[in-house]
Amino acid sequence: MATTHETIQAPVRASSIPAFDVKRVREDFPILKEKVHGKPLIYLDNAATSQKPEKVIQAILRFYAHDCANVHRGVHLLSERATEVYESARRKVQRFLNAADAREIVYVRGTTEALNLVAQTFGRRHVQAGDEILITAMEHHSNIVPWQMLCEEKGATLRVAPINDRGELILEEFEKLLSARTRLAAVAHVSNALGTVNPVRQIVQMAHARGIPVLVDGAQAVPHLKVDVQELGCDFYAFSGHKVFGPTGIGALYGKLELLEAMPPFQGGGDMISSVTFEKTIYNVVPYKFEAGTPDIAEVYGLEAALDYLHHVGLGNIASYEHALLAYATEAIQQIPGVRIIGTAREKTGVISFVLDGIHAHDVGTILDREGIAVRTGHHCAQPVMDRFGVPATVRASLAFYNTKQEINALAAGIQRVKAVFG
Amino acid sequence: MSELEGLYQEVILDHSRRPRNCHAMKDPDRHADGYNPLCGDRFTIYLKLKDDRIADISFQGTGCAISTASASILTEILKGKTRAQAEALFDTFHDLVTGKTHGQGETPALGKLAAFSGVREFPVRVKCATLVWHTLRSALNGVKQTATTE
Repeated sequence: MATTHETIQAPVRASSIPAFDVKRVREDFPILKEKVHGKPLIYLDNAATSQKPEKVIQAILRFYAHDCANVHRGVHLLSERATEVYESARRKVQRFLNAADAREIVYVRGTTEALNLVAQTFGRRHVQAGDEILITAMEHHSNIVPWQMLCEEKGATLRVAPINDRGELILEEFEKLLSARTRLAAVAHVSNALGTVNPVRQIVQMAHARGIPVLVDGAQAVPHLKVDVQELGCDFYAFSGHKVFGPTGIGALYGKLELLEAMPPFQGGGDMISSVTFEKTIYNVVPYKFEAGTPDIAEVYGLEAALDYLHHVGLGNIASYEHALLAYATEAIQQIPGVRIIGTAREKTGVISFVLDGIHAHDVGTILDREGIAVRTGHHCAQPVMDRFGVPATVRASLAFYNTKQEINALAAGIQRVKAVFG
Repeated sequence: MSELEGLYQEVILDHSRRPRNCHAMKDPDRHADGYNPLCGDRFTIYLKLKDDRIADISFQGTGCAISTASASILTEILKGKTRAQAEALFDTFHDLVTGKTHGQGETPALGKLAAFSGVREFPVRVKCATLVWHTLRSALNGVKQTATTE
């Protein structure tokens, strides 16, 4: 058992939680040795993108240095190797989400593309004039705008379920908004701006009781929680590789097989067809029907390495460590006079959004940056959330399992420094 | 002076805490909105013109210390200036904050605007300093759509 001062135990049932050696996992991330403005990097912008372990960087390199070829095309060895990894990684994504079938995993560029895919295929087929799509008031722009575009095209209406002052979805209001005209409910598993974890199982049960399918934006959930799509019961689940310690440009959409099979294709091109003549094209089977053109093969190599790495560290260990670190950070930040934390849900992952009395988030961000501390400042692509809490912008510190108590102490000291500059 | 002290000079802090001419104007001859979608800063500039001169100027809005101080100092410095003088000052100011010139000494006409010389060490903050100037230009030119720094 690790006994370094950097080891944090969760406050509850500490003895049952395996020790987590943060010092050792930090060694896996080359970027954590970087200096910023002459100071050690303190990376607290993990909800924007996560850092990459050496194994992910090596996997991308391995594709270009040894296996570079297109997939599903060549009879030559390199193509065979690349195709093998491309498909074995799909099975890893399947296990990662506990999907029933690897064909239910569609590679996409990221969560945004996944949501647009569903809007443009499932949505265009099933949503008609007068219909409704239900989202929540805590959604990221990427789970708002694709539905607005669809509603505008079809003459449908976007309904928004409200959140309370803690930043939690008001379930009874959500339930009331599920109507006979609702064709889809699209909800975040975890809010990027507030850290709120939504009760997805309950949401799915409410929606399914009325025959309404549910899409879950899982971008902020998969780096922190063990996700089981069969247990959640959701119909679609989307995530981005880059937020889960993998590369940018790759993500996955899970969709129930019967839904995917009934959906029209997304983009047209190579690989998504089984035969083409000028008179008639026959589309490929799922998931290839949705994967037109040469995919991001190197990124799939990277994603596979990221999921292997996460499996190795253990999402259970990660969740308990982050839970304890979040409690520590919340305490450290909220005791600073003039700080107001935005988003105080009872179920939260490692996001601390806050405002400082009389000091704009951007000024906070600039001063923290000079201390080597990377945080996000602004509206976090969730302007309606900012409006709900009556703030133009917040400072957001978002945690990953490689963050430490010392880094949180540095953040708190940085905030004190901001206050000193502004007197 | 550290780069941070260079950015948050006393005159900038003072104007951000107590912005001058920060109110709406009754019956302005011109007004324009400015918005930085990246950070949510939002300002409105109001003008009263007499012949070719800015007879009165005020602003309203919300933003960071740099953009608020920039708006406040702009209104102080432009009162009584001609349109051509305002345009020339914008050019000089722009060169200053983007590091093309180095402030006091070379550009004495800047006055209080020289306090923004520290912005050149913070490229991502240039837009904070210039947003309200873009907004002023829209107002002077009678442009209807919201000014941005893009």
